[in-house]
Amino acid sequence: MRRFNRFMTVLVFIFLYIPMIVLAVASFNSGTDVATFKSFTFSQYGNLFRDDSLLTLLRNSLIIAVLSSLIATVFGTMAAVGIHGMRGKLRKAVMTLTDIPMTNPDIVTGVALALLFAFTGVLLRTNSVLGFWTLLIAHITFNFPYVILNVMPKLQQMDPDLEEAALDLGCTPFQAFTKVIIHEIMPGVLSGALMAFTMSLDDFVISYFVTGSSFITLPVEIYNYTKKPIQPKIYALFTLMFGVILVLMILMNFLQSRGEKDNRGRHTRKEAQAG
Amino acid sequence: MKNKLLASPYIVWMILFILIPLGIVFYYAFTDSITGQFTLGNLANMGAYLPIFLRSIWLSFFSSIICLLIGYPVAYYIAQCSPSKQRLLEMLIMLPMCMSFLLRTLAWVSILEDTGILNSFLQKLGIGPWPLIRTNGAVILGMVYNYLPYMILPLYTVIMKIDPRLVEAAADLGCTPGKVFGKVILPLSAPGILSGLTMVFVPAVSTFYISQKLGSTGTTLIGDVIESQFKTAYNPNLGAAMSLVLMVMIFLCVSIMNRFGESDSEDGMVTV
Repeated sequence: MRRFNRFMTVLVFIFLYIPMIVLAVASFNSGTDVATFKSFTFSQYGNLFRDDSLLTLLRNSLIIAVLSSLIATVFGTMAAVGIHGMRGKLRKAVMTLTDIPMTNPDIVTGVALALLFAFTGVLLRTNSVLGFWTLLIAHITFNFPYVILNVMPKLQQMDPDLEEAALDLGCTPFQAFTKVIIHEIMPGVLSGALMAFTMSLDDFVISYFVTGSSFITLPVEIYNYTKKPIQPKIYALFTLMFGVILVLMILMNFLQSRGEKDNRGRHTRKEAQAG
Repeated sequence: MKNKLLASPYIVWMILFILIPLGIVFYYAFTDSITGQFTLGNLANMGAYLPIFLRSIWLSFFSSIICLLIGYPVAYYIAQCSPSKQRLLEMLIMLPMCMSFLLRTLAWVSILEDTGILNSFLQKLGIGPWPLIRTNGAVILGMVYNYLPYMILPLYTVIMKIDPRLVEAAADLGCTPGKVFGKVILPLSAPGILSGLTMVFVPAVSTFYISQKLGSTGTTLIGDVIESQFKTAYNPNLGAAMSLVLMVMIFLCVSIMNRFGESDSEDGMVTV
């Protein structure tokens, strides 16, 4: 049985990574046809860095991802603390509100926001409000649930006495938050922020409906590209991003495992002292 | 508690940008595109799109089941590895999710094309070319490929939490490995199976990119129709009506799945 599972795992990993290998190989291909490898070249990478428009798109994507994930993390963490203090119907209602963008398909969220912005455009008597701000609003909106759903479990795991102890010892509620609570929920805040950032960076469906011609992100432009013959420098960009994300993930993996070892060491030391 | 007020900016934001937009979708779905008068015409038009709705449902349902069948062994295998290997494999499952899904789908186009990588390989072997792209199969492949990680991750989380002592106890009490799986492991992983199925089904049923690239006019999905109402055909009222039907449909499908799941896990509890 275990051998079968292992076999399936190997197959699935090959299946998941084949398209990415195809793209990486294509980025070193001097021909434009992905199916035939002409000769090895770095020229796609040169073209990529000479192409200002592509770098502008990447910068746009990063700006939106950083801003939307930061805003969503700050207000989302505040909201999670607020929701944690709620009981009964109010709490249920707010959590349902949080679940709506998670369970609704992206296309519905995108269409709904597009209609809202079209409506606002009519009210303001302008041609179109679509652009940087609509994109930012949409990204903050779909990022919120990722932050809240990552922070809430940490708040629930937290010992409720901690906050009371801080308050008893003379902390103001704000100090109790910055000195005690925030440290307890930090792992949740960070993983929420990271998730929001990656979701925002790679989002296509919602962005596609709320983007205007004045501010376009990379995924939207890739979609526009694919209607024409695709430019091989996109493959070079993909391969670079793949490399960066791979390095980041390995780094995170390494830090995590070291953190765990540290923790374990500290615990055993404490136990030894107590003993 | 003053704490509750901390949630107020968030609540106001979500009302403005989630609830009100959905209200506008309702409004558009029930008004005429030209006169702006109340009408049921948009929803009455849905009948013509019934085949497309049904096709979207069965293609994405089929994809979800395939994801479950190939995802379960993988999740099970990962859950049994040593902690450091688990983290590495989990990371490798998550990595594709961070990369542009447009480009990865496009890579499948160049693999499956009539003159693509697979067909030129098959031709060298003397078999083919086969019509691989622009078929239902290609669309299902695209869905399985894109959403498989969404199946594996929740399954892995649930399987990892199963107490190994329960498995041992079942084996000690005379269960064959098959029975241990059927009576202990499978019922206990039901929540993961359900959330995996939902997480694959919802994006798959509403996709429009996969069917545009890997499918043909014969594989138009509901997402394609909605997209075209907003981007090329400019009938937002019809598009809104379809979005509304899609939402209701997903709500029904998900609650049916959850209903099944509840009875399943209850049965499981009794027999365990």
